Amino acid sequence: MAGDRAASIDPDALSWYEATARQRVVALADPGTVQEFLPPTERRMSPHLPLFDLPRAFDDGIVVGRAALDGAPVLIAAQEGRFMGGAFGEIHGAKLVGLLRAALELKPRAVLILFDTGGVRLQEANAGETAIAETMRAIVEVRAAGIPVIGLIGGRAGCYGGGGLIAGTCSRLAVSEGGRISVSGPEVIETNKGAEEFDSRDRALVWRTMGGKHRRLTGGADAFCADTVSAFRRAALDLIGRAPAFDLETLAAEQARLEDRIARFGDCRDATDLWRRLGVNDPEAVPAMDTDAFDATVARVREADHDAR
Amino acid sequence: MTLADILASLFPDGHDVTVRDGLVSGSGPFAEGRIAVVGIDGDTPLGVDGALHLSRSVLDAIRAGDRGPILVAVDSDSQRMSRRDELLGLNECLAHLAKALLLADRSGHPTIGLIYGHSAAGAFIATALATRILAALPGANPSVMDLPSVARVTKLPLDKLEEMAKSTPVFAPGLDNMVATGAVHVVLDPGKPLDAQIRDLIAGMEPGDARDRLGAERGGRPVARDVAGAVIDQARRS
Repeated sequence: MAGDRAASIDPDALSWYEATARQRVVALADPGTVQEFLPPTERRMSPHLPLFDLPRAFDDGIVVGRAALDGAPVLIAAQEGRFMGGAFGEIHGAKLVGLLRAALELKPRAVLILFDTGGVRLQEANAGETAIAETMRAIVEVRAAGIPVIGLIGGRAGCYGGGGLIAGTCSRLAVSEGGRISVSGPEVIETNKGAEEFDSRDRALVWRTMGGKHRRLTGGADAFCADTVSAFRRAALDLIGRAPAFDLETLAAEQARLEDRIARFGDCRDATDLWRRLGVNDPEAVPAMDTDAFDATVARVREADHDAR
Repeated sequence: MTLADILASLFPDGHDVTVRDGLVSGSGPFAEGRIAVVGIDGDTPLGVDGALHLSRSVLDAIRAGDRGPILVAVDSDSQRMSRRDELLGLNECLAHLAKALLLADRSGHPTIGLIYGHSAAGAFIATALATRILAALPGANPSVMDLPSVARVTKLPLDKLEEMAKSTPVFAPGLDNMVATGAVHVVLDPGKPLDAQIRDLIAGMEPGDARDRLGAERGGRPVARDVAGAVIDQARRS
């Protein structure tokens, strides 16, 4: 990847949501430090998509490599939501698995995963599903070795399906307003259970139920970012410094945290009911809050910050 | 085989495994000690409540400190698809269950998945696919998505997909295809006692994640192992 391109990208001005995976990586890292593994010039393309008469990508929709972040070595993976919805195919998944396994040898300061995915690529479903399982195992091993794995979520495709499970396996997560974290997507729920269960055209409902603000308020994410690359960079640096250990104590605390959530909010129909019960004074105002106002709201919610992940 | 058949074959001398709301928990005598059994039965979808129930059982088994094996028996639907589950953080709850199983494995508990019915998508990842060894019984039907749904998403005719599925294991549902990708390590023989077969699996456990090697050897994932290896090689040289 051309290191000189970094100089042309202003991380303060670059929208995370609008940027490509490669732009995010270059602008997130220290200038000129990104070195990509299996770059597009190697043309590792899906052997399966031609069967479906579908176009392929030279990188199979994911960038993996190493870089420096504030001078410290990190490994980075970034999914490209514009190619097949950032979905996990065989090569796409294997690149992420390889990067995590490499982390065990290279012992970087952290591994960053820039999620932008609809989940499993159905044309390669079995390979994608298995790669997600391999990724989760590898993340656990990296975390157990004392290396934080930080997820950054704010792309067009959100973080759905198996991507949501991988996110839940990370040490810490940063999310923006545009980031959505969920297992079943709105269309999937509507297709299977009907529009009365979930109206996927109701975008406000989608953001309230799965969006970055809801996840941040409930402790499903650990930082909330404005939609710029520099905001995600600051969040990543902060989260790397306070990643929880992967051990029985952490998982016991997560068990208690999640059971408490179900017990207290399990009868809530809508996110606004849940936010009210969390102690948010004016839950109807949350979706329109700017980042500063939202940060001030989060600061008053006890459940938002924890080491139980 | 039904869960009752499986438990009878595993525990000829009896057990205390129970099923409530489709959630399986308990234990039975095994080798010199006991084997903990958790799981999901009856094609039940896995939601936030079920996931936390199972993860509690797994964490309890770790706390017991005996490093005994944990069997994860699976005949589930996919993840429970609902507004409530997503509102309450289904991704966290399913990931938590998977992490509990992975922690058990790291803590010295052999974890063995046993799929004897259906399973799909997030429920499959959080249970069977989070074990060290995944065994199956003939008739099991793991999938990511059924072919009619794949047809809808890919906008390809169902009959064409059915034809492609015969020669292309990478996308088609079914046990044979999951064996080919390496996700399922082994198919057990229902005609022989299961306890001995599970004991042999535990005795033969290897360190590391064997699934991409199996997928390459069996042809169901032709390139994953090489690609992961190439990333590691380039990372070393960087």
